[in-house]
Amino acid sequence: MRILSLAGRRLAASIPTLFLILIGVFLLLQFAPGDTVDAMMAQMGGGDAATAKELRRFYGLDLSVAAQLVNYLWRLVRFDLGFSAIYGKPVVTVIVERLPATLLLMTSALSFAFFMGLVLGVIAARRVNQWPDTLISTLGLIFYAMPSFWFGLMAIVVFSIYLQWLPAGGFEDITLVHSGLSRTLDIARHLLLPSLTLGLIFLAIYLRIMRASMLEVLNLDFVRTARSKGLDETSVVVRHVLRNALLPMVTLIGLQAGTMLGGSVVVESVFSLPGLGRLAYESVVQRDLNTLLGIVFVSALLVIAVNFIVDLAYARLDPRITSGA
Amino acid sequence: MTVAVLKLYLRSPAAIIGLLLLFAILAMAASAGWLYPRDPLSLAGRPLIWPFENPRFLLGTDNSGRDIAAQIFHGARFSLLIGLVATVIAVIIGICIGAFAGYYGGWIDNILMRVTEAFQILPNFLLLLVLVAVFGSTITTVTVAIGIVSWPAPARLTRAEFLSLRNREFVQAGRTLGLRDAKLIFGEILPNALPPIIVYASVVMAVSILLESALAFLKLSDPNIASWGNLIGLGRDVLRVQWYVSAIPGVAILVTVLAVSLVGQGLNDALNPRLKGR
Repeated sequence: MRILSLAGRRLAASIPTLFLILIGVFLLLQFAPGDTVDAMMAQMGGGDAATAKELRRFYGLDLSVAAQLVNYLWRLVRFDLGFSAIYGKPVVTVIVERLPATLLLMTSALSFAFFMGLVLGVIAARRVNQWPDTLISTLGLIFYAMPSFWFGLMAIVVFSIYLQWLPAGGFEDITLVHSGLSRTLDIARHLLLPSLTLGLIFLAIYLRIMRASMLEVLNLDFVRTARSKGLDETSVVVRHVLRNALLPMVTLIGLQAGTMLGGSVVVESVFSLPGLGRLAYESVVQRDLNTLLGIVFVSALLVIAVNFIVDLAYARLDPRITSGA
Repeated sequence: MTVAVLKLYLRSPAAIIGLLLLFAILAMAASAGWLYPRDPLSLAGRPLIWPFENPRFLLGTDNSGRDIAAQIFHGARFSLLIGLVATVIAVIIGICIGAFAGYYGGWIDNILMRVTEAFQILPNFLLLLVLVAVFGSTITTVTVAIGIVSWPAPARLTRAEFLSLRNREFVQAGRTLGLRDAKLIFGEILPNALPPIIVYASVVMAVSILLESALAFLKLSDPNIASWGNLIGLGRDVLRVQWYVSAIPGVAILVTVLAVSLVGQGLNDALNPRLKGR
C-alpha cells in the first residue's frame, strides 16, 4: 500500500508538468504558418474568404490566443481533444484507432531489447575482457551507431525482397479474411521486423547498462558470502546478482519511454504501420495541428504511465524503497 | 595532465580506432570541395549506375543521376557541422540551466527542474517534429531545433556536478573573498564540472547526427543540402533493386556516429581511469 501512495504522489507531481508541456506546445503552435482552416481550404481546392471566416468562427479560431488556450485546457479536462478537420473525426477517435499498433510495437520492441540486453549483458560480464565480451560490446556499439530507419530498410531488402520470408510493411494482410489465431500470427509476422528495428538501439543501451551493473554487483560483499557458502555460479548469478543488477535496467525503461515513442515515428514510417508515430508525421505534413497537439498529450500521458509502472516494479525489486523514507 | 590523459587515451585500441575514423571523416569533409568541386546536387550522369561500374562514379549514381560519392563527401561536412553546432547549443543551454539550478537550489532549482522534466516527458523526436512544423526546415532551423530538444540530459549532469561542488572549500574560499555569483559559477565551479560534461557532449553529438538523418529521411530536413539522410530517403524509392543508393549513406552515418561514440568513450576512460571497463 505504501508503494502505491509513493508512486501515486509521483504521479500527482507530474500533472503540473503535463500542463506545462501542453501550454508550451499550444503556444508554440500559434507560430505555425497556416492553421487547420487553411489546410482544409487547400484540401477542398480553395474557397472564398467568407467561408474561411465562417469556418474559423466554427472552430473557435477567431478568438484571442489566451481565450483559445483556456478553451483548450477546459476541453482537455473533459478529455475532449477537439476535432481533426483533416480526418473528419474527433481527435480522440483518430488517436484511439492508431494507438494499438504503436503499443504493440513498443511492447514487443521493449521486451526484445530488455531480454536480449539482459542475456547478452550477463554473458559479457561473466566473460569480461575475453572474446565473448569484446564481440558483444562491439556489436552493441555498432547497433547504437546505426540509424534505425536504415537498419529497417536493409532488413526489408534482405528478408522481404531477397529471401521473401517476411512482409515489407503494413500491420496485417488485408486481402486475407481471417480471425483468431491466424490473424494473431499474421500480425506477429508483420511486426517482427519493425520490433527488431526499433529494439536494436535500445538493445545496445540495455546490454551496456546490464554489463556495467553486473560487474558492479559481482564485486559486492554479499556475492562473496554467497560464493563462500558453496553456491554454484549459476545460482549466485540468478538468485543473488541478477535481482540487484536489474535495478538500473528498470530505471532505464522509464527514462527511455519517450525516446522509444520518438523512434516509433521513424520505424512506423519505414514499415508503413498505422500507428501513433506515423500519425504524428502525417499531421505535421498536413498541418493538422489539433491532432498533433492531441498526440503530444497522449504521448506525455503514455510516458507518465510507463514511469508509474516502473516505480511499482522498482519497489518490488528493491523492498528498501518502500520501507525507507 | 594533458599528456597523461593522452597517454591513457592511446592505450585503448577502441579509442585509437575511433580517433582514426574521426580523422578519416574530417578528411572527407575537408577534401570534399577539392575532390568534388561541382555542386553535389547537380546532375552528373546516367541515373542508377551501380557502384564500381563506371570509374567516373566510384559509388554509382542515384535516381536522378547525381554522383553518390560527391554527396557522401559533401554530406560529411553537413553531418559534422549540424552535429557540432547542435551539440554546442544543447550543451550551452544545459550548462546554464543546470548551473543555476545546482548553484542556487531552492525554488529556482524547483522551477528549472520542472521545465527540464517537461522536456524529458515529451518524446524529443515529437518535439522536433513540432519545431520543424512551426519554424520550417532550413539547415539553420533544423540545427537549432535539434539543439533545443537535446539540452535536458546535459542540464541534469551539470546540476549534479554543481550540487556536489558548490560547498567545497575552494568555493567557500571564493565566497569569503567576496566573488560575485557569476564569477563563482563560471570561473570557479564550472571548470571543475566540465570534464564529464565534455565527455557527455560526444553522446549528444552522436544523437544529434542520428536525429538529423532521421528528419532528412522523413523529408523534413533541408532538401537543398547533400545530407546523408536525404539520400537514404531518396534511395527508398528504388530500394527493390538499387538498394545501394540507401545502403551507402547509411554506412557513412554509422561510421561517423561510431567514431564519435568511440572517441567519447575513450576520453571517458582516460579521464576516469578507475571506471575503465565499465
